Amino acid sequence: MIPGSFSYHRPASVTDAVKLLVDLGEDARPLAGGHSLVPMMKLRLATPTHLIDLHGIAALKGISRDGNLVIGAMTTQHELLASDEVAKSMPILHEAALLIADPQVRYRGTIGGNVANGDPGNDMPALMMALGASYRLEGASGARDVLAADFYQGAYFTALEPGEILTSVSVPVPAAGHGYAYEKLKRKVGDYATAAAAVVLTMAGGKVATCTIGLTNVHETPLLAADAAKAVIGTSLDAATLKKAAAAASAIMSPAADARGPVEYRKHVGGIMVTRALQRAASVAK
Amino acid sequence: MAKTHVTMKVNGAEVEGLVEPRTLLVHFIRENLQMTGTHIGCETTHCGACTVDIDGMSVKSCTMFAVQAQGSDIITVEGMANADGTLSALQEGFRMMHGLQCGFCTPGMIVRAHRLLKENPLPSEPEIRMGISGNICRCTGYQNIVKAIQYASAKINGVEFQEAAE
Repeated sequence: MIPGSFSYHRPASVTDAVKLLVDLGEDARPLAGGHSLVPMMKLRLATPTHLIDLHGIAALKGISRDGNLVIGAMTTQHELLASDEVAKSMPILHEAALLIADPQVRYRGTIGGNVANGDPGNDMPALMMALGASYRLEGASGARDVLAADFYQGAYFTALEPGEILTSVSVPVPAAGHGYAYEKLKRKVGDYATAAAAVVLTMAGGKVATCTIGLTNVHETPLLAADAAKAVIGTSLDAATLKKAAAAASAIMSPAADARGPVEYRKHVGGIMVTRALQRAASVAK
Repeated sequence: MAKTHVTMKVNGAEVEGLVEPRTLLVHFIRENLQMTGTHIGCETTHCGACTVDIDGMSVKSCTMFAVQAQGSDIITVEGMANADGTLSALQEGFRMMHGLQCGFCTPGMIVRAHRLLKENPLPSEPEIRMGISGNICRCTGYQNIVKAIQYASAKINGVEFQEAAE
């Protein structure tokens, strides 16, 4: 399987990359880690005539802390896993990165590619929604920031405009002592989720004080399960509350029936992932 | 499509070639360099048979273009032996522990295990299993492959290898 012909470009700056994207038009695609795009090109499901490789742009690399944790778009999952800052201030990011594909893919796969592709199966988008992250999009007319919660509009359809590149992800650091969990059911290592749930919460006096829940691969976009989160606030996550939260989350799921299972099964599993993530998040909260 | 001149270091030797942008790294290695140890398996980034080591990372060479490897330092299975030509600890481990059946997945397994042991010289069995989770063997299973890596780890670290009970 060999991709169709294309011209290869390796700009050294975001400005140059944006200029190429604008000049070359809609047949040009940015190339990040390539672990979604290159297989699609081999299957001829994607046939860009120009590839703009972002690997030469040093400014897109690295993790910094300016209040928020700011992660350059070309930072790989492997680099996230190696980051002490991530492990310390945002362990859920570490936990989720470890569940993405396999070691070889994590050396190449980038956070920017993961969140910008708009694939409902990708793990980071729901997590970013649950964490209240925003994405910096840079285009010919400058930069703008879009909340992860507003970014996803449909399967592979996002707020990215033609000529724009997602350059970094900015994540508010959750409160010290917060509880977290990313629960993902998959058929095998390397697979996308049958269903997955990200929970970030804080506890006060044995009761849930704040909570957000993100859902992966149970709809054409990642989801925020707002009603489910609301249902657990002020509770000690007793059995009845967990059941109510799982039902509220399942109610907004609309997964595709595919090799991972029929719709009812995936919704059922989605509810279970929410339950498990809530319980585990509460158990690690201080 | 115009071809591009690429240069890189493969197993310590400077190599060069002319490639189309769409030429995958695995094809450059196998066809231009005639190093056929690196295998093409699934072609969809799942099986790991095409794994090579690039600048200290395990990479599936079917999912990277040769032009992207310009200037990089690559190790393939052909570069796994000791400098004097004797088998490396990993190669010896695969031989001693019967870590191969048909051998098709073996080059990717060895190259991946090479990087795993560089990063974690004394991995636990679960760490080995997670570490090679991007490499699929379709013959029989992973028990002897895991043992082979344990053997190599013990040898590299100068500790005694004790074969785990089945």
